[in-house]
Amino acid sequence: MSTLNLTLKVWRQAGPNEPGRFEVYEAKDINEDMSFLEMLDVVNERLIAENREPIAFDHDCREGICGSCGMVINGVPHGPKKLTTTCQLHMRNFKDGDTIVVEPWRATAFPVIKDLVVDRSAFDKIIQAGGYITAPTGAARDANSILIPKQVADQAFDAAACIGCGACVAACPNGAAQLFTAAKIAHLNLLPQGQPERWSRTVAMVDTMEEYFGSCTNYAECEAVCPKGISIEFIAKMNRDYLKAKFKDRRAVVKVDMTEAAG
Amino acid sequence: MLSGTRARGVQPLRQRRMRPRVWILDFYGSAVGKKAVMAVTGIVLLGFVLVHMLGNLHLYEGAEKMNWYGEYLREIGEPAIPRTGLLWFVRSVLIVAFALHIHAAYSLTVMNRQSRRTKYQGGRDYLAANYAARTMRWSGVIVGLFLIYHLMDLTWGVGGAEFTKGEPYQNVVASLSRWPVAGVYIVANLLLGMHIYHGAWSLFQSLGWSHPRFNHWRRWFAVAFAAVIVIGNVSFPIAVLTGIVE
Repeated sequence: MSTLNLTLKVWRQAGPNEPGRFEVYEAKDINEDMSFLEMLDVVNERLIAENREPIAFDHDCREGICGSCGMVINGVPHGPKKLTTTCQLHMRNFKDGDTIVVEPWRATAFPVIKDLVVDRSAFDKIIQAGGYITAPTGAARDANSILIPKQVADQAFDAAACIGCGACVAACPNGAAQLFTAAKIAHLNLLPQGQPERWSRTVAMVDTMEEYFGSCTNYAECEAVCPKGISIEFIAKMNRDYLKAKFKDRRAVVKVDMTEAAG
Repeated sequence: MLSGTRARGVQPLRQRRMRPRVWILDFYGSAVGKKAVMAVTGIVLLGFVLVHMLGNLHLYEGAEKMNWYGEYLREIGEPAIPRTGLLWFVRSVLIVAFALHIHAAYSLTVMNRQSRRTKYQGGRDYLAANYAARTMRWSGVIVGLFLIYHLMDLTWGVGGAEFTKGEPYQNVVASLSRWPVAGVYIVANLLLGMHIYHGAWSLFQSLGWSHPRFNHWRRWFAVAFAAVIVIGNVSFPIAVLTGIVE
């Protein structure tokens, strides 16, 4: 087992309206089998022992499935390893003596709360606009009671893998949330249960997204950093559904305004 | 996913409460709608640059054929359509397409700037976005400025070279034999090629034309389209400079 000595340049910001700055910390004797968050835990313990303010960061499951963690590491959301959340990024991906720059997600819709913690409730607004089906479904039904072709189920599952971490927004030069919104729309719009509200859902979620985020210029940066490997093909699908909703079924869309239905 | 523990109500950057009654305006009011308009106007403009390049190949057939072609464009459809009728119809479609393409690009750029007011302070890495995609705004602006110069030079005849209305062959040769001008034409067309390289791929995404059956062809389509336009258009100044066309 080898250990690493690293220099961290971490964004420190006391509160939402406080000015922020980078501060430099020496991270000595870091076990290479630690995750990035465990490395930060060690640094924080040392800071606390020195009576200094620990670095605030979001985290929860530390298994790469909750979407809580996320920071921009050396200019890349979630760091250098593909298909990996920050909590699953291990220190063996860095070299002894490296300087690592750590910064929060940057987007106007994701204001910094403290240090590396950002407020992602704009994502919740998009979900509230239509990321659900309104029918009460009761208990889980027998798996084969609604027949769904395997390819469709697989595709819906690929979209549903989105953990809402916000790396797509962080990576997008336009601060756009297309990949998140497209994934959330697609996993419902692909399945039979999602069909009745398909068009109103798409319009409501896209319109809400555009109130907070930028627009898509098809850079595909989002796809490159997505820890769940969600494809920009879902963005094309969302665009198609939005265009269809606007051109085809306009009256129905106006009638069933999901944001109003949700109260 | 829920980060509601400290939800202090992030305020929307912009609101779409006031919905225009006319549905096409409502549609254009959305960014997805604007991108669709950019894609459709982009297709119109792609069609134009292709036909423009192919038509100009008459240059290689000599002065008579080229000048006949210029005249023919004015006469198409006569006498059913008045002289220059079709020409002006196509021109008005192109003017509208250009205006919408530019307006959508401008307003989406403003929207995107608002969406990240604080830049990355420690720098950022691009993983997927190629140079052409990242410089669309610049290549677009430069090609737009070049277009104005090009119209001044070879349509209005105020570009400084000897110009006679109705003699495009002689006008092209007179203008492009000035090597700095030929250089401007070459550089502008390379930038146009870059613009097309991203645009002709991007339009498929914006219009939702995505299917595993043809997705791998989309990039090739964009490369081929850009290559055909650049090779064709760049050949004209080179042909004039090297004396192949004189």
